[in-house]
Amino acid sequence: MEKLLEQFSVGLFFWQTVLFIALLFLLKKFAWKPILNAINEREEGIRDALTSAEKARREMENLQADNQKLLQEAHAEREAMLKEARDMKNKMVADAKEEAQAQASKMIEQAQAAIESEKKAAMAELKSHVAGISLGIAEKVLRQELSNKDKQIELVESMLGEAILN
Amino acid sequence: MRKKITVKTTTFLLLLISFFSYGKEDPAKEEKNAEIKAYIQHHLQDSYDFNLYSVTDDNGQIHHRGFPLPVILWDNGLKVFSSSKFHHGEAVAKAGGNYYKLDHGKIYKTDASGIINYDESHHATNVKPLDFSITKSVVMILITCILMFLLFKGLGRSYAKNGGIAKGVGRFFEPIVLYIRDDIAIPNIGEKHYKRYMSYLLTIFFFIWFLNIFGLTPLGVNVTGNIAVTTALALLTFLITNLTANKNYWKHIFWMPGVPVPMKVILAPIELLGVIIKPFSLLIRLYANMQAGHIVLMSLIGLMFIFKSWIGSSLSFGLSFAISLIEVLVALLQAYIFTMLSALYFGFAVEEHDHEEAH
Repeated sequence: MEKLLEQFSVGLFFWQTVLFIALLFLLKKFAWKPILNAINEREEGIRDALTSAEKARREMENLQADNQKLLQEAHAEREAMLKEARDMKNKMVADAKEEAQAQASKMIEQAQAAIESEKKAAMAELKSHVAGISLGIAEKVLRQELSNKDKQIELVESMLGEAILN
Repeated sequence: MRKKITVKTTTFLLLLISFFSYGKEDPAKEEKNAEIKAYIQHHLQDSYDFNLYSVTDDNGQIHHRGFPLPVILWDNGLKVFSSSKFHHGEAVAKAGGNYYKLDHGKIYKTDASGIINYDESHHATNVKPLDFSITKSVVMILITCILMFLLFKGLGRSYAKNGGIAKGVGRFFEPIVLYIRDDIAIPNIGEKHYKRYMSYLLTIFFFIWFLNIFGLTPLGVNVTGNIAVTTALALLTFLITNLTANKNYWKHIFWMPGVPVPMKVILAPIELLGVIIKPFSLLIRLYANMQAGHIVLMSLIGLMFIFKSWIGSSLSFGLSFAISLIEVLVALLQAYIFTMLSALYFGFAVEEHDHEEAH
């Protein structure tokens, strides 16, 4: 210990302290601050870059998911539209059919009614015509028959027979 | 800790003595041993001139090659003169009417004839003037400071220039800076407070590491193995710890929460002692490790010249080579330990916790 104390040089201690403190402050100002700041900035830059890359990746994923969703929606919509169109077509066809049916049956009905009325008219005409002809015939027959007594009786009898049958 | 050094020193001394006794029969060898011992001791000490190498000429005269450094003394006024005036301790330097002489690497005030008086235990009794000389260690500290400043300033600039990416030598230092931040500062101090201490931790780590490495160069300047330097460093850690400490820290020292009152009274002086022992262990650890490393390494190198046989010398060469590699590791390790423990102490100082849970 005594030897150590003897070796201890106040001058060297003084210079060491002064020079070291000077070095410390100089390096702090000119070296350590710029170095540590640069390293920190770089590290933060790397960290930021990594997080933003991660964020971009996630956004990309989201975008892809969105795209997928949109695509699916579009598919579904197309499907729905197609279905609707098909339904509409079917309905239209059915409607048209129905209407045509109705029209047709109506026309048939009309036709039938027309036929019926024509038939009636024709029948009435025919009846009147036949009546006319019958009257004419009857007149002629009567004129002829009445001239003959027997024949008159025969006629009356036949007519009576007919009337009973009716 | 103190014991450890004593053990280390005695072991080393015993080793040296055994070598000396081994070579006792040969006076030339003994002389060599003494020379090596003196050389090692000289090397471990700070010095007033920057010695690059020494040569022995044909007449057996030793010449030191290097350059002198300024000596700055405060002795009733500032005295500045070149250390070349000492002639490596052989001459008396005259400055401003006073005379100074070197003895065992220290400057003493003497009279014109340069007589140094010793007491019984061979300690010089002459007056030691206040010495603020630019010694070899101060020069090395200065060089390290300039080197670090240029290096890290350049690194700081290269970030700005290259858009936040280090270039060149920064590629090597950036992982170390990051390591200190992520594995020393943040785990020990905590995410919240670590930023305040980063400058100190980074500076102290690189400062100690660089000086340790410089100590291993052939110039062999033993700066971090100097008690004054490690004291200065540890003192800063001590001051920063206690000046930035929050009230939790002081509460834990003077009135330990969660223990009975008598224990509080007993714990207070122990904790208070701990405040001083912690940085003290820092300064002794660094000093002892570097000092011991230098002693071992230089002794092994010295052995090569003592053995002077191809087996012994090559063996000690291999050994000193291996130790050199270990010392490179130790240089880093000691810097790491100093930084780590400083961070740990700062962590204690700013720790925030709930007493009910923690104890």
